[in-house]
Parts: sequence; structure tokens; C-alpha cells
Amino acid sequence: MKFTWFNLMPWPYLPEDFREKYRSVWVDIPSSLYDPVRGHELYNVYLDELEYAEECGFDGIGVNEHHANGYGLMPSPNLMAAALARRTSKSALVVLGNSIALYNPPLRVAEEFAMLDVISGGRLLAGFPVGTSMDTNYCYGQIPALTREKYREAHELIKRAWQEDEPFTFNGRYTQLRYANCWPKPIQSPPPIFIPGGGSLETYDFCLENDYVYCYLSFTGYRRAKQLMDGYWERVEEYGKDNSPYRAGFAQTIIVAETDEEAEKEYREHIDYFYNRCLHVYPGFADAPGYRTIKTLKANVTSQMTEQAFGNVSSMSWRQLIDDGYIIAGSPDTVANQMKELVTSLRVGNIFCLIHVGNMPQDKCMRSTKLFADEVIPQLRDMWPEYKDDNRFWISPIDHANRAAAAAIGG
Amino acid sequence: MDSRLIEVGHPETRSSIRVYEGGDGPELLFLHGAGGLFPDDPFLESLTNQYHVYAPLLPGFEDSEGGDHLRGMLDFTLHAFDVFDALSLRQPLVVGHSMGGMIAAEMAAIAPTEIQRLALLAPAGLWKDEHPIEDLFSKLPFELPALLLHDPETNGALLSSGGNFNDPEFLSDFLVGNARRLGMAGKLLFPVPDRGLRDRLYRIKAHTAVIWGRSDRLIPPVYGDDFVNEIPTATLYKIEEAGHMLQYEQTEAVIKILATLHN
Repeated sequence: MKFTWFNLMPWPYLPEDFREKYRSVWVDIPSSLYDPVRGHELYNVYLDELEYAEECGFDGIGVNEHHANGYGLMPSPNLMAAALARRTSKSALVVLGNSIALYNPPLRVAEEFAMLDVISGGRLLAGFPVGTSMDTNYCYGQIPALTREKYREAHELIKRAWQEDEPFTFNGRYTQLRYANCWPKPIQSPPPIFIPGGGSLETYDFCLENDYVYCYLSFTGYRRAKQLMDGYWERVEEYGKDNSPYRAGFAQTIIVAETDEEAEKEYREHIDYFYNRCLHVYPGFADAPGYRTIKTLKANVTSQMTEQAFGNVSSMSWRQLIDDGYIIAGSPDTVANQMKELVTSLRVGNIFCLIHVGNMPQDKCMRSTKLFADEVIPQLRDMWPEYKDDNRFWISPIDHANRAAAAAIGG
Repeated sequence: MDSRLIEVGHPETRSSIRVYEGGDGPELLFLHGAGGLFPDDPFLESLTNQYHVYAPLLPGFEDSEGGDHLRGMLDFTLHAFDVFDALSLRQPLVVGHSMGGMIAAEMAAIAPTEIQRLALLAPAGLWKDEHPIEDLFSKLPFELPALLLHDPETNGALLSSGGNFNDPEFLSDFLVGNARRLGMAGKLLFPVPDRGLRDRLYRIKAHTAVIWGRSDRLIPPVYGDDFVNEIPTATLYKIEEAGHMLQYEQTEAVIKILATLHN
């Protein structure tokens, strides 16, 4: 099993009456709610937490891309990954990812990812999301019905830019380059590629055609994800691919404390903050018409980002949140048992651990992180023994002996 | 009105287009807006009393298909000419509403000698920072009547066509239909409904009527002034007690103005 410690980097100072006063945490949230001086401290705390996760033994540390979003303060995840590349040495840098249809030209992604891979000694794990409709269409103005075509073309360019050893001419519909020429090239050829999906059928196929890892990043938890992941595994079989669990990843909100009671007592408020304030997204932004294909719509996969999905979380008991799978929480043994159920029921080898939640302060975050690393991971580590040597979907860094380290100048 | 499917376009990317047709009189080509047509469309039915009406539906609307190759303004404009040619139209009165008005204006700018009579009903296509047009794409269904109609109380039933949003099957069909229609419309209107038309309006030579509802809350009537300022041959008409769907709320008044284009 591979565990990535993921930080969404939420803004923890949204007012208590946020839901009543503002229609959305995303797209049109006024930036007057952001305080750059507090933000200065916050970025540094969040980076410290990611570095701490490596120290605790997580296999990966993860960042992602969102725009105009009160729960995701990383318009440029590559900046965060660059900061982490210099301060860490073992963990995969999981950039999940760059919304490649948004970069102009998308060669920029090939270049920046190559830089990250080179700086980190081959530790980049790259994500290529289509991007949510909120980010891609409403914040970044991409035409919904053309987004996927543009995404596919961007992917083709990036893939080729990493492969080719000579400059080439790229004559795309959205990007034309007379001299497509990626300097530097990544160490890994190519870095492992993870594709976050939200249930688009086309995304299953895209992953399987390219042997990319399909990642379901949901905030509704593992029990509601079963049907979608079953659909993926059916498609894997139809493609005649092996069913290595490392072909799939899942994000889960996790709280670990000394006891079940302490988990609820200490962490409930942060869960509420996240589901009530951070996930307060105006339904009109959830799914720009044309963003999803008709095939996907007809398969009745509706957006995860609707009020109905989260609106009642505050009225749910702790027990109910756990029973419904929104959160995995409790003592290390309690958490390990729920995690085993998640891992086997969804057949996933990659877990994106959402351990920092909402407005959780650093000390609580670190306690939960440490307990998960020390007492939960060892119980799960060897869950897929028949695939323990399957490294196709993970990073291949250069030998440690050849690695440069950040010098301690002025340190 | 009768309807049929016609095939148009490049042999490898043909579109299958539903065309409604009916009535006697001079030829009239109607280009619909982002919402498409209504069942037994009352405006078109009224037009058939005086015109031979042709109303093609863009791919994504009803059972018209094959719009993947329509990506930008020029594609849509040439597609409209493909339909025009397939129907063997001869100097029809071209009437376009909203997005259809944007396409009609482009047609008249690209081929000023082919389009001699033009009616633009609350056309899209221009943008004024001081009068922003509402974001149609992020609206929820229940918000539409107040946005599109002068009198949502009386005329609101038109928009829901009698369906019930609490019925999951109706809702699912509605969402799929909405995604098809607005997905296609988004290629011209998202995120800002401006594809440079202002630069080309000067080319229009057609005898043109620009018609606006005074209560238009989607595209404010002030845009009408810009259209007539840019089109040398245009006259502006602003109609009382009409919103963005002016031809449904004030059908007779709109048809009367169309008649002036024949003089």
C-alpha cells in the first residue's frame, strides 16, 4: 500500500455565518475574506505539515490545483511542490495535478513537471486532471464543451514533449508550436501519472489506454464510492488489463486519536467547518452545461459538488458520519479496521489521506498524522501481498548516493 | 408545422438537422436562441400566417446531431449557410433571436449581398463592461423565468413546458437536454458572449430591424443602441412589456415590425 499525505490547504478563517452570507466558497467568494498576512503564516504551517508527513514515513506528500477557492489555496501546486522538493528527500511529490487544458501552451506543464522531477531526483508523481467545472470553466473561462478536446490535445503534446529527443512541430487545434522542445527533460521517463476523475466514463478509458492510475477524489467517503469504483474495475476487465490495486487511488478524510471518544471530542468541530463552510458550493457552478459528456450524464453520474451531498453533514451524528463513510475516525485500531474495509471494497493500492481537515490547528493535525503513520499504516502496509513488487505506478528516484541535498548555507 | 431531418456539411462531419417548416408567403429563416424552440412553438405558428417559415435546429437541440466540428463563430456561421443552401432559400427574411441573432448578424456581415432583410431579436454578440450580461450558464432552472420574461407570473409556464422538476425522470431528461443545448450554445456564449461581432457589423447591408423588449434582464436594451449605431442600415424598436423572450410575450408587435422590412 502507498499512502500520500494530502493537504488541500483550506482557508481556516471563514466566518461562522459564511453559509448564510455568501453563496459559494468557490468561484465568486470575495477575496476580501482572505488576509495575506495571516496567509503568510498559513502557507508556512501547511508546508511544515507536509514536511512532517514525510518525516513520519508517508510514501507521498500531495498538493493540488484550485482557483478562487476558499478550501484550496493552491492556484499553483507546482510552487508548493518546488518548496517541498528542496526540503524533503524520500517522499514522492504528488502533484495531483496540473489542469493541463489551462496552460498556454501546455508545454509549460511538461517543463515545470520536468523541473520538479529533476530538482527532486526523480520523485515527481504527476497528475493530469481535466479540472473541475468550477476551476476550468467558471474561474479559467474554458468553453465547457471544448474542454475535453483541449485536454486531450494538451496531453498529447506533453507526452510527446517528454518522449522526443529532438525539437518537433506540433500542429494542434488549440496549440501550434513550430519548435516544441522540452528543456529540461524529466529523470523518470515519464513520471508516473495519476488522473483524478469524478465518474466520467471517458476518464476510465483514458487511464486504461495509457496505463495511468485512476484516482477518485471525493469528499463523500468510501461507502458512496463503491459503485463508481466497481464501474472502473469492470472497465479494467473489459480492457483485458491486470487488476493491480495500484491502478486505483482514493481520497479519504481520516481522523486518528488515542481513543474513539477523543477523536470525536477533539476533531468534530474541524469536520463541521470543512463540510459546512468549505464545501458550500453554489450548485450553479457545479457542472457547466457541456462540461460532462452526454454519455456520462446519461449514465446518471451527477456532480459530487451539490448541496444535497453535504448539506446535512452538520446535523449528522459522529456515528452516522462514520457509518456513512464520510469520515474514517477513531482510535488507531478502529481506523485500521475501517481502512481495511475501504481498501478491499474499492480495491485500491493508493490512499490520499486527508488528515488535515478544515480549520484544524497544527498540533492536532500532527498528532493525528503521527498516530496514523505509527499505528495504522503498519497494519495496512502489506494488504496486497500478490502485488507487493508492482512498482509500475510509483516513482523511481535516482540512487540516494547520487542525490544532491539542499546545502545548509546560512542554515 | 411539419418537420424533417436534413443532412448538411462536410462529408466526414455531417450534421443531421431538424428543420421545422410551414406557412405560405415570403420565405423566412428563423434562427433560435440558446434555449431552442418550444413544442408547437407559438411564435413560429403565428409567423406561418404570413410567411413560409423555415426553422432549423442546431446540433444539440432536439434530435439535431453532429456538432462536434462546430467550435467557433465561423463554424456556426458557415453551418447556417450550409442549412440555407440545403433548403435552397432565395433572399429570405432572416430572423434571429438572442444567440440566433448573433449568428444571423454574422451571416449578414460575411455575405452582405446574400442577406438583404434581417431582424435581430435581442441579439447576443456584443459586450459592454458598464452593462454586463448575466451569466446564463450558472443559473438554476428556477431562476430563468424572472431573468427571461417581463411577466414571469403569467408567462412562466412557457419555460417549463408543463414538466415537473420533482419527477426524477423528467429532471434527468431535462438535465441531459439542457447540457446538450447550453453545451452547444457555450461555444459561442461562454464565458463572455463576444466573439468579435462588433468589428464586423459595419459590413451589413441588409435592411435591418433590431428589436428589443424593454424589460430584457438578460441582455439589457441598451445593447440595441449599439447594434443600430454599428449597422448603418438598422432601425431600433423597443417593445413595452416584453423581456428577453420578446417574441413570445409580444408576438403581434414583433410580427408587425417584421412587416416593415418588406417595404
